[in-house]
Amino acid sequence: MATRQEALLSSAGRLRRKARADRRWANTTLYVGCGIMGIVALAAIFAPLIAPYDPTAQNLAEAFQPPSWSHFMGTDNLGRDVFSRVVYAARIDLQIGFITTYVPFLYGVVLGAVAGYFGGAVDTVIMRLVDVVIAFPFLVLVIAILAVVGPGVTGIYIAVLAVAWSMYARLTRAEMLVLREQQFMLAGEALGFSRRRIIFRHAIPNLLRPNVVFSMADFVLNILLVASLSFLGLGVRPPQPEWGAMVAEGQNFLLNAWWITALPGAVIVVVGIGLSLIGDGLAERMGERFRLTV
Amino acid sequence: MLRFLGLRVVHAIPVVIGITLVSFVLIHAVPGDPVRIMLGGKAPPERIAEVEHELGIDRPLPTQYADFVGGAVHGDFGESIILRRPVSSVIGERLGPSLFLLAYGALIAIVLALPLGIVSALRRNRLPDHTIRIVTLMGFAMPPFWLGLLLIRKLSLDVGIFPVSGYGEGFFDHVVHLTLPALTVGIFLAAMLIRSLRASLTDVFATEYVEAARARGTSETRVVLKHSLRNALIATVTVLAVNLGWLISSAVVIEKVFDIPGLGQLLVESIYTRDFPTIQALTFVFGLIVIAINLLADFSYAAIDPRVRIS
Repeated sequence: MATRQEALLSSAGRLRRKARADRRWANTTLYVGCGIMGIVALAAIFAPLIAPYDPTAQNLAEAFQPPSWSHFMGTDNLGRDVFSRVVYAARIDLQIGFITTYVPFLYGVVLGAVAGYFGGAVDTVIMRLVDVVIAFPFLVLVIAILAVVGPGVTGIYIAVLAVAWSMYARLTRAEMLVLREQQFMLAGEALGFSRRRIIFRHAIPNLLRPNVVFSMADFVLNILLVASLSFLGLGVRPPQPEWGAMVAEGQNFLLNAWWITALPGAVIVVVGIGLSLIGDGLAERMGERFRLTV
Repeated sequence: MLRFLGLRVVHAIPVVIGITLVSFVLIHAVPGDPVRIMLGGKAPPERIAEVEHELGIDRPLPTQYADFVGGAVHGDFGESIILRRPVSSVIGERLGPSLFLLAYGALIAIVLALPLGIVSALRRNRLPDHTIRIVTLMGFAMPPFWLGLLLIRKLSLDVGIFPVSGYGEGFFDHVVHLTLPALTVGIFLAAMLIRSLRASLTDVFATEYVEAARARGTSETRVVLKHSLRNALIATVTVLAVNLGWLISSAVVIEKVFDIPGLGQLLVESIYTRDFPTIQALTFVFGLIVIAINLLADFSYAAIDPRVRIS
């Protein structure tokens, strides 16, 4: 009898230790992620105070300087300070990344919730649309829309806002199908609440968690998208500093001046890791799964 | 089994119709006069009228759509205004390198993801797992074009193992030329696969039949490879299929970095030259590739999971 009790106790202890290890990892990732993003966001906000040089000022006498104390990240082919440009680029990259993530988030969640709640024809129409949008590789569809509306930042906004909601809609609908059958939802209906009230006040707050967690991965993907498009010459135009465009500008000097390419890209990696760590930590805390895609 | 597969094909039909509609509507939403935009402001009016007739823009929209779909069924996408050749033959030439790159990239991703995903799940919350998770997040956050350039610098310029760019001649040469690009896109996909494999393996390890297998004294290798992996693979195949869209997205950029004569590079070139018929055809073809891959994934469910075959 005693041994059985001990066995149970020790297995309970093991589970508790395991849960604690999970939580510790989740907290660490969350704090490290928030720390990274906090620093990057502050750098973006206070760019004029932090950047030691004018990001667009050319100084050909100083071209191709390797990283040093006077130029943290060296200088590019036109003698511009890479660190100053990276700091200023944080503004445009984070801004586009944020807007292209959280604006589609809003109507994507609503459309998905409506589709999942009502089912039937509404569901069919919305989800067929989602199927079609998702059938295209994301970048290909965005590029095709850019062909129509013209390349540039405005074009990116139009293209991504037209496409990116589909992932939130799909995720939310799947959750709504489960939620719809819950007691409190049925109670809302039995009490004669309006459908709008049930969807917006009762359902959507419960559907936010997986979406918030996914939005962290989406944020990373959108920053990669902006950088990729600018790299291809379809996004932010030079001389405005942007991380992807800076990588593109440096690629001709890869052999002799690696820093022009390597360092702006490394900043993208750091930001991406920061956001992913937040997503990972949030997921563990909220009992969700951190999905990189839907 | 056949019924299941038949149903999947039937379900794909509305989506295929959808992608023809999107590709068609997009190009007709070009504000202003697309032909004038394509040919530039100084084009003579006769040439504009000629191209308009070639493209069929002077006919009513439904007729144009019917023509587009009718052409697409026969693999005829009209003529490229810029290259002065049938779009289908241009795409035909470019399809090979792109599919090669995608297949090679997916293969590298799978080869990387299987062992790392298994180790991560087996050593959950220990050092190997934490390391793999951090490396995975790095792989996810790395811009593919940047990684590609760094690989070129290290392995092509410094060491000289792999060529800097191009596609080469013959199968072996293709493999050599596409190794770096495939590695670049493969790492991004592997990051996604490892996470999903870890998550689904963790779920499977917690089930009673795995516990039962262990209790019977089944070897750990057998428990992992025979009892667990097969069940975890179903979720992973879904993730693989869903993410092949992302693989294609990064391949589009990577083809530009490594100067591979594939569809992605054609797409980017066509945007620069505003070659609308080519853009339209490419949008459609890329959509079709994704749908085909998803059907393949459905077929492989049937191969992995006998339950799918019966129901």
